Amino acid sequence: MHGMTFRGCMGFWALLMMVLTSSANAQLQLEPNPSTADHSQFKSLQGPFDSGPEVTEACLKCHTEAAEQIQQSLHWTWEYEHPVTGQMLGKRHVMNSFCGSVTSNEPRCTSCHVGYDWKDMKQPPPQAGNKVDCLVCHDTTGQYTKLPDAAGHPAYTPREVPAGSGVTQLPPDLASIARQVGNSGRTNCGACHFSGGGADGVKHGDLDSSLINPAHALDVHMSPDGADFTCADCHTTTAHSVTGSRYLTNARDSLGVDVPGHTDMSRASCESCHGFTPHAEQKLNEHVDRVACQTCHIPAFARGGVATKTWWDWSTAGRLGEDGKPITEYDENGHVSYLSIKGNFHHGENVVPKYRWFNGVVHYTLQSDKLDTEHPPVQINTIDGSAADPDARIWPFKIMQGKQPYDRVNQTLLVTHVFSPDDDSALWSNFDWPKALKAGTERAGQPYSGDFGFIETEMHWPVTHMVAPAGDALECQACHAEDGRLSDIEGIYIPGRDKAVMLDTLGWGAAFLVLAGSLLHAGGRIVAKTRRRKTK
Amino acid sequence: MKQEMVFKRFERFWHWSQAALIFFLLTTGFEIHGNYHLFGFGQAVSLHATAAWLLIGLWVLAIFWHFTTGEWRQYLPTTDKLGAVMYYYAVGTFTGASHPFRKTTQAKHNPLQRLAYLWFKLMISPLIWISGLLYLFYNDWEAVGLGFLQLEWVAWVHTGAAFLMLIFIIAHVYMATMGKTVFSLIKPMITGYEPPEGGEEAAGQRK
Repeated sequence: MHGMTFRGCMGFWALLMMVLTSSANAQLQLEPNPSTADHSQFKSLQGPFDSGPEVTEACLKCHTEAAEQIQQSLHWTWEYEHPVTGQMLGKRHVMNSFCGSVTSNEPRCTSCHVGYDWKDMKQPPPQAGNKVDCLVCHDTTGQYTKLPDAAGHPAYTPREVPAGSGVTQLPPDLASIARQVGNSGRTNCGACHFSGGGADGVKHGDLDSSLINPAHALDVHMSPDGADFTCADCHTTTAHSVTGSRYLTNARDSLGVDVPGHTDMSRASCESCHGFTPHAEQKLNEHVDRVACQTCHIPAFARGGVATKTWWDWSTAGRLGEDGKPITEYDENGHVSYLSIKGNFHHGENVVPKYRWFNGVVHYTLQSDKLDTEHPPVQINTIDGSAADPDARIWPFKIMQGKQPYDRVNQTLLVTHVFSPDDDSALWSNFDWPKALKAGTERAGQPYSGDFGFIETEMHWPVTHMVAPAGDALECQACHAEDGRLSDIEGIYIPGRDKAVMLDTLGWGAAFLVLAGSLLHAGGRIVAKTRRRKTK
Repeated sequence: MKQEMVFKRFERFWHWSQAALIFFLLTTGFEIHGNYHLFGFGQAVSLHATAAWLLIGLWVLAIFWHFTTGEWRQYLPTTDKLGAVMYYYAVGTFTGASHPFRKTTQAKHNPLQRLAYLWFKLMISPLIWISGLLYLFYNDWEAVGLGFLQLEWVAWVHTGAAFLMLIFIIAHVYMATMGKTVFSLIKPMITGYEPPEGGEEAAGQRK
């Protein structure tokens, strides 16, 4: 009787579980981003479209506010007035240690502007709504590719890209792409952010094409075997304004788990989802006030098989082959080590970051800023933070190094004119630094003495992507050791790394003396005893 | 002659488990200090903390035991025979003199031992406990009004106290071998019983 009841009970529970799981499965089968609009049915999107701006006009018929939203965003203005330092930053103004500055290289650099036809950095981007590029972020087909040097336009006629490569870039089917628009995916963001600095993985080290379909070991959040996030899952976006910044980084999120209505509606920090006590072990949680999550959980960057540039020496650019043609050399790992147009490089994979105190505030060395040429390397940007600053934590960085041209008289970094679409004023066509620097500084309106040299530079890139599985996080002794990863970190006592040398010397010395004294005493007793025995 | 128990069962349990814990704490502690790699830093920290809590628990029991049994009086310092004991270790032990002190249940420790153990209990241990607990609760300093402390100060005190402990142990272990035979002083700490008068001499002569 009891057995029957038990079995009946089990049967009921099994049935209930089946019902519950099947309904859960039914929910999972829904599209992850179910849109309420099927763009393929829209008359305005049937085309044909002759250009990108024509597509944008069609988009704006329904999305009436979209262009204005974009035009207020950093993706559009490339201009950022730093609220802490007051510096005017953004791509329009900063210099970096890759191709230097956008100014004078516009049609090439602005191929990564979310718009069309921005050809002069001294002017703001074009104002018309149809100059916004919707497709670059909302193409879901992977077919929408901008030309590398057409100020943001894709190819409208077949074109060989790059010139002389024999590879033809065909015009994309704009109407078909427009009918399939959707949310921004990794490839949309990656088209620019993975290729910053001129090629895949070059600039950041923690952002490259390996994140399009990453293994779990590479990125737990973006891997299909992990959380399968897109960039926007963390970089929450409201009115086309994307959260997350390298000018003013949220180096220590004091708001914690992002609760709608209570916090900043930004998930661009680990704490936004993981909170302040993410570890089961309390001792680990006791680190989070001073150590950024990234420090332990991103043990190395450029882990996905794509190398990142770590050294770029512009001073050697311009050396040509015996035939007078530009040359390309490779290192033992098959990475480019020399290009006539760019100079010498070092590349790295699985690069161990450098660690620095960082409170999120980044200063830039701008065109007009005087360099401390007596003490190279010159810092292209500097980061704020110290042990005494409660908002600072220990963060991992890629520190990009190299040599860049500077004005020996004015003591400033120089605007480098590397690319020109139609004349030989630029380095990549004339291989002539004096000419290229003259043209670049003229275009930028930068004072230039004509006397240039090359100086070593460094640039800080905080590392925050490529979060490894918990099991691959750094072991304690990676930092709690004398020559550990945090050997450069000042202002804090790290057990296992730090010692009071005097105290240790005294301690071991005294212990040794007591031990030696005991052994001598013991020896004396044995000798005395033996003698006594003999004399007996 | 009926033997009398000098070291009670609890006393022996306390002594030896404390000894084991202290050896273990020194081992893990100096690894945390960065002197060698044995368990790995994280494991060493976790073992060190566990052993420390066990030792604190043991101390709570021992303090209770000492007060309820009145055994705490064993550590009251005395000058009686102090000079004689010191003279014995400096000279007598080489000339074959016999130890001037004979332990009884009323006075288990010679006057030098009393001083050494009092030093252990009133100086080394409190230094280690207080600095160790502060170290353990480093993140709560601000909350309990100790925000003015620096981690290195606490670490230095803890390390210094660890050296005092190490030195104590070296001396203690050596002096424990200074009976009639190497083990004659250690045996009562294991069995609880002091060998009968003359027994050791007899044992010595058999050799």
